[in-house]
Amino acid sequence: MARYILKRLLAMIPTLLGVAILIFLLLRVVPGDVVEARFMTQGSQFLSQELMDIERKKLGLDQPMWQQFTTWMGGLARLDFGVSMWTGGAIGEEIKLRFALSLQLALMASTIATLLAIPLGILAAVKQDTWVDYTVRVFSIAGLATPSFWLGILMILTMLTVFKWVPPMVFTPFWVNPWENLAQLIWPALAVGYRYSAVGTRMMRSAMLEVLREDYIRTARAKGLWLKLILTRHALKNAILPVLTVISLEFAFLLGGLVVTEQVFNLNGLGMLFVEAISRRDYTLTQALVMLVATIFLLVNFFVDIAYAWLDPRIRYS
Amino acid sequence: MKPVTRLLALAAAAWLSLPLNAQTPRNGGELVFPVPSEPPSYDGHREETFGLIHPIAPFYNTLLRVDPNDKSGTKPAPSLAESWTASADGKTYTFKLRKGVKFHDGAELTSRDVKASYDKIIFPPPGVGSTRKGQYSDVAAVEAPDATTVVFKLKEPSGSFISSLLSPYNFIYKAEILAKDMNWYEKNIMGTGPFTFVEHVKGSHVVGKKNAAYWDKGKPYLDGFRAVFMRDSAAQVAAVRGERAHIQFRGFSPAERDSIVSTLGNKVTVQESPWDCILLVGINHQKKPFDDKRVRRALTLALDRHQASQALSRIAIVKAVAGVQVPGTPFATPPEELNKLAGYWKDAEKSRAEAKKLLKEAGVPEGFSFTFTNRGIPMPYEPLGVWLIDQWRRVGLNVKQEVVEAAAYFGTIRKGDAQVFMDFQCGYIVEPDLDMYKFLSTSRNPANYGRYEDPILDALYDKQSRATNPEERKRLVRAFEKRVLDDEAHYLMTLQWHRIIPHSAKVKGWTVTPSHYLNNTLDTVWLTQ
Amino acid sequence: MPGSTPASATAELARAEAPRWFSAIGDFVHQRPLGAIGAAIVLVMVALAATAGWLAPYDPLETDYGAMLAAPDAKHWLGTDAFGRDVLSRIVYGSRTALMVGLGASLLGAVFGSLIGVASAYFGGRVDLIVQRVMDVFFAFPVIILALAVVAVLGTGAGNVILAIAAPMIPRCARVVRASALAVREMPYVDAARAAGYGHRRIILRHMLPNVMAPILIMATAFLGEAILLEASLSFLGLGVQEPTAAWGLMLRGAAVQFAESAPWMAIFPGLAISLAVFGFNLFGDSLRDALDPRLRTQ
Repeated sequence: MARYILKRLLAMIPTLLGVAILIFLLLRVVPGDVVEARFMTQGSQFLSQELMDIERKKLGLDQPMWQQFTTWMGGLARLDFGVSMWTGGAIGEEIKLRFALSLQLALMASTIATLLAIPLGILAAVKQDTWVDYTVRVFSIAGLATPSFWLGILMILTMLTVFKWVPPMVFTPFWVNPWENLAQLIWPALAVGYRYSAVGTRMMRSAMLEVLREDYIRTARAKGLWLKLILTRHALKNAILPVLTVISLEFAFLLGGLVVTEQVFNLNGLGMLFVEAISRRDYTLTQALVMLVATIFLLVNFFVDIAYAWLDPRIRYS
Repeated sequence: MKPVTRLLALAAAAWLSLPLNAQTPRNGGELVFPVPSEPPSYDGHREETFGLIHPIAPFYNTLLRVDPNDKSGTKPAPSLAESWTASADGKTYTFKLRKGVKFHDGAELTSRDVKASYDKIIFPPPGVGSTRKGQYSDVAAVEAPDATTVVFKLKEPSGSFISSLLSPYNFIYKAEILAKDMNWYEKNIMGTGPFTFVEHVKGSHVVGKKNAAYWDKGKPYLDGFRAVFMRDSAAQVAAVRGERAHIQFRGFSPAERDSIVSTLGNKVTVQESPWDCILLVGINHQKKPFDDKRVRRALTLALDRHQASQALSRIAIVKAVAGVQVPGTPFATPPEELNKLAGYWKDAEKSRAEAKKLLKEAGVPEGFSFTFTNRGIPMPYEPLGVWLIDQWRRVGLNVKQEVVEAAAYFGTIRKGDAQVFMDFQCGYIVEPDLDMYKFLSTSRNPANYGRYEDPILDALYDKQSRATNPEERKRLVRAFEKRVLDDEAHYLMTLQWHRIIPHSAKVKGWTVTPSHYLNNTLDTVWLTQ
Repeated sequence: MPGSTPASATAELARAEAPRWFSAIGDFVHQRPLGAIGAAIVLVMVALAATAGWLAPYDPLETDYGAMLAAPDAKHWLGTDAFGRDVLSRIVYGSRTALMVGLGASLLGAVFGSLIGVASAYFGGRVDLIVQRVMDVFFAFPVIILALAVVAVLGTGAGNVILAIAAPMIPRCARVVRASALAVREMPYVDAARAAGYGHRRIILRHMLPNVMAPILIMATAFLGEAILLEASLSFLGLGVQEPTAAWGLMLRGAAVQFAESAPWMAIFPGLAISLAVFGFNLFGDSLRDALDPRLRTQ
């Protein structure tokens, strides 16, 4: 078991390196840099090349590419993420608050997605090809099909006109005031969670269907055991694992991927930070963000793999 | 007249002569306002964005300021300098500084501090960047002969020198600190302004508190202010609408204003003004067929600016039909004259017919296609882009739009690949020298992306810059305008931006000006209860 | 035949004579009504896109400054937008943009993803390992961030958007197809082909690819829905198709949000169009998967 874990951990390293190289190169291929983004806002008639060069030197942008890369890599090895090219502030600081918000939103959305997916999936599987099944499938696919930003616009519009609700100005972290915090995040969490439940529902339904066909289930039904007993004891145990897998994989994507949702609900999260960092050509910040999200994604994958290997010894020895 | 009647008449006259809103300012309260963007550093000498001015200007003073009660935003007023004189030859300006001005750490302000600050702006040492250095190329030296006097020596007389000192970015720093570390002010704040720095939580807000030892006795009226960073304009609107914020100093769109007014009714005051920002259509003279002035004139003749002024002012932050100066300011061309220029005719049909005729003459086929490069900023670039393409379509031109992200935009334009593109200009003060500099030949002004040479235009600019007689200067400005917008159609003006500030009726003592960089020290602002 | 009546004999005869695809469709509708609904929606969308020129009452680019932000009425069934352009016409033409981008991106993603997946499974060993790692790298990027990065490099506009959307789809398709291809690789006919001396390219294209068509098809239909959604998101952010082209995501930008309270038709209808289109593709794709997956067939 330990060997398997080690093997999987080592496999993460080349992937992370690949991500690092890719984002580094991608950013430098993109036209424009942070100095231009910063000083050319007014079409600056008095701007001088001299000023831009001074600024570039300060940020280390005049160094050859390989040198910039090794500097960055060296910093990463010491867990020093450097400073943002836009503000000059430590990147850890820039990310902290936004990470907390995005993490909380991702957790809430995943929870809502799970709470929706499991019962709905079971229901649809048990009543396959009946109107219950169809309704569940329509409901969940509708969630998948609705653009989250449109849903957000409609939600806010409804709340503004019907409930005279006004979106809050500042984000209240959970430890400051849990009720206000939840009140703020519940709406985007619902919008996002509803959307992601579709994937889970579909998975739950097909997993349940598969299990329901198993001989031992049919035997149990033939013996007249109560359906509920079958569901909770036998079928559910085997069906749940793929669903949880799918939802945890989606969770990793929720961290950086909720760009439009954050924009519509005015949340100061990682998605908006991403967009800001890219549009400002803040190389160091973008690189750090990408590495963060990629690492989390790989870690989640890792834990899921370990869980599977622990449950199914055959995988360990492959 | 009987004595009583006389007394009554006097009293009536006195009462009538009182300004309408002469309430006594009330002390107290915290002004809350959203700021759409966060400052990358605190150094005004380095930054270009209003995201710096709105939250940070209250901590500083400048040598001179723009009169905060003047709607045109063009009148100089004393700030740290009590008074000033100019020499007869116009090459020496002497400023008398106020006594008893203290920095927030208690140190007294002297001319040394002013000199050190301006030296940093005009003559930065190697390795230190100064964004506005080019604006002071006429300045030979800054001297501080005694503790309360500062002297600026110019190489040439300049009609716009005083205006250049009104820049809200020219914070006066402490000489002692600058001597030790020129970059200290990027990450720190130490000024003489009406408010002292309390905190800046990244991504969240900046808080300032009343400077009890402020040199302008009795001011500021506010106890403090809170600048909250909110990128999304819907959130800013919601904040003002929900009465959680008092005012937003940049400007809202017409739809946003309408939504705030419809919710708050008479709890809101709306101040509007033409804005010293404008989008222009730049034309790359090095790309055929745009080297032919008939084609360029056709492009401007195709635009029905008067209809656009009515229509677009409903959906975008633009309104007035403008030439090279903001309408309503001293050097702006009056409408009757402006409407004679190509593209400003009231008869749109005639104008379009003329455009089509010119295109045909120049050999441009019907359905000719070119690319219009626009900047990736929603308001008002997008609606103006749609309008421009629509208007050009009506004279038979098939225009595709290429939108370039803001960060990469000027790099792309500078390369010279764009054919027709959106350019823009924003100033802190309306002054022909500043506003017309853009149109000078590219050899003189590399920031003129139109890539043309026009020595006649350059000569007109120089003449008006040195003109001391205002009427003569106006004449020269109009001649310049006619050449750049009509005869040669080097650049096309779209519509003047329109600044709309709906704010809580509780906010008093703040007057809107054409610039969103002005009037942000907040010393004159007070809140009713 | 024993036990058959004249009536049932006629019925049997009729059934035998009807074209097989006809009865297949009939079975499909009967067995999978949801899939049929999905297919119907897809067909309507394709029809709209094809006949936009005839169907749309106005030119989608035609502005009318006298009728800006007009509510739905007899002249403009779905109202007008901030420039007086007819919303209905723009939605009809928008289907063209959506289909073009959606089909282009999902085809590109599916084709390249499948080729990579199959090749990777076929060659196995080190090639497989390297390709897997590279795909993992792209996988680790959130979909929209990868799309944003591609747009930042290439610029905006329809063509670049197709590439930007295809980019995150390629590794996803590759992974799924590789899994199926691995199973196919062990099949005897592949071994036989190799023994017969057929080249790699021939084996991959002629023998392996056709046998993984089922998952490819399912992926492609799933992609289509996602592609349309992603295009809408990119346009909404201002990074996709640009004005004055009619595109659903673009219609939800700017004025639609600003005037959401006073002129809600600008925000409601394009969003509805997007939702319906993606809904249709997903329903259809779902049922397709159910139909092709032998384990899920009803008894």
